[in-house]
Amino acid sequence: MQDIAKKNSVVAAGPKKYKQTFLTRLKKDFTKNKGLYLLVLPVLVYYLIFKYGPMFGVVIAFKDYTPGKGFFESNWVGLKHFKAFFTDYYFVRVIKNTIVISLSNLLFSFPAPIILALLINELKSKKYSRLVQTVTYLPHFISTVVLCSMIIQLTMKEGAINQILAAIGFQPVTMLNQPKFFVPIYVISNIWQNTGWNSIIYLAALTNIDQELYTAAKIDGANRFRQLIHITLPGLLPTVIIMLILQIGKMFNVGHEKILLLYNELTYEKAEVISTYVYKKGLLQFNWSYSAAVGLFNSVVSFALVYTTNRISKATNDTSLW
Amino acid sequence: MRDRATSNKIKDSTLERFFDVVNIIFLMLVMLVILLPVLHILFASFSDPVEVMRQKGFILRPLGFTLDSYKSVAKNPNIVSGYTNTIFIVVFGTALNIFLTLIAAYVISRKDFMWSTLITILIIITLYFDGGIIPFYLTVRNVKLDGSIWALIIPSAINTFNLIIMRTAMVGVPESMSESAKIDGAGHFRILFSIMVPLVKSTIAVLTLYYAVSHWNSWFNAMIFLRDRKLYPLQLILREILIQGDTTMMTAGSGEDIAMIGETIKYATIVVATIPVLCVYPFLQRYFVKGVLIGAVKG
Repeated sequence: MQDIAKKNSVVAAGPKKYKQTFLTRLKKDFTKNKGLYLLVLPVLVYYLIFKYGPMFGVVIAFKDYTPGKGFFESNWVGLKHFKAFFTDYYFVRVIKNTIVISLSNLLFSFPAPIILALLINELKSKKYSRLVQTVTYLPHFISTVVLCSMIIQLTMKEGAINQILAAIGFQPVTMLNQPKFFVPIYVISNIWQNTGWNSIIYLAALTNIDQELYTAAKIDGANRFRQLIHITLPGLLPTVIIMLILQIGKMFNVGHEKILLLYNELTYEKAEVISTYVYKKGLLQFNWSYSAAVGLFNSVVSFALVYTTNRISKATNDTSLW
Repeated sequence: MRDRATSNKIKDSTLERFFDVVNIIFLMLVMLVILLPVLHILFASFSDPVEVMRQKGFILRPLGFTLDSYKSVAKNPNIVSGYTNTIFIVVFGTALNIFLTLIAAYVISRKDFMWSTLITILIIITLYFDGGIIPFYLTVRNVKLDGSIWALIIPSAINTFNLIIMRTAMVGVPESMSESAKIDGAGHFRILFSIMVPLVKSTIAVLTLYYAVSHWNSWFNAMIFLRDRKLYPLQLILREILIQGDTTMMTAGSGEDIAMIGETIKYATIVVATIPVLCVYPFLQRYFVKGVLIGAVKG
């Protein structure tokens, strides 16, 4: 008995001692940084409510959420909604469309800013380089709504693009009503809007390359093409890989905004992606839990993708996010 | 031997000069492709509607000159109220964004604060995990913000990428600056606003642009959270006019006139909604590099 009591008191003393030091540390920190405790309060409240709130709210994917009962009171249903999604008539369609749009983007939109940055970097005139940058950044500041309305205007039957195509013998059509044109329109407008802005990071990486390398190469008689191959491209590679990892991580996150503004019943078969499906199921048809489950599935796959690409990249060439 | 080396050098330099010319011309074409649709809209908005209808392909110069479509835009009550709402959101939203981003960045950049690491970790986690759109929507509804214009301001009060950009800027400020102020008896609030803020003002400028543009251009949150049309921001009104093709409220008249003027009104609406942003960004252009680099690498 005594032994046990002794043991207990020892066990109790451990945390107590720790607690005391922790408390004294806290006290000391509090008197020193009183202002910080006040400043951090609104920040913490914001993150807890609007970032961690939804994160825990994702439990509704395993429940039958009813607004009256709230996140925590609603009934547990296990994996019902996930099973429903995997057997959903539209499951294959939304996954396929998401991957097709992402891969097309990766193939065409990803290299564009790298090439643009390399070309701008080769310009000798500072003024011209600044002009090219200002102009190519411009579309980034155009809103999605305006961009999509421009696309609609330009691709409609009477629009400028059809008029040009008609001049060389094509039949004018409302392009956005044709499923086969959806992905090309989406990708081309992406390139138009984002190439300039996305080139900034590569331009920054290019200015960070040690200038002495170029001087040394010139002394060795390397021409500009050789400098590009042996200095510029290797210097750019880590940034390219990081951007690629991020891009692959976003493979399942084709944003909903642009597609919601551009698609219609005629193009759903090519344009409906996971995010627009989540929107439709959740916010239009009020299947909260079902669409939360689809969203969660999406985040899990995305995270797995970033993690795996990051691991592969780390193992093969020592460039990684973490 | 030497001859061959020099002749190689000459060949190289002519090739290089040729490449330079091709490069300049190619980038000129790139700029043309970017500006063509923009100029098409700008010119069409000033042009005579009948001429615009008759024009084939892109409009490369103003066809006639009239401000009629701008007059219809200015008279449209929806656009006027949309503009007012958007300005409210941009002003108050951006002010809150910058205020909270500043204090959050200040707190997590204090090395002698015992919670700064823990708070930094809590913040970084939100970059990798989020609940998705449905739990976000339900959270905003649970705190009773839906239906209010504050639903467009408070839930997006801090952008974590922007916060990290700001933190990096503050970490770059020498510690001696705040140390000496502390010795003089300045509190954290004073150190932040009278010492830190002036030193990171280029970062503040660029983040102000990012936040303001994102408020100016956002429409989706307004669509899901607002029910009262009087609160609609400009982009949501634009969506009705431009995407859903609703120009009926804007034109008085009949038949073909409506269709024709309707088109130029669309162009004028786009110009009015886009010009403010396009006028600002070139002035902050030189700071973009800093922000994007940090955001992408740390993100």
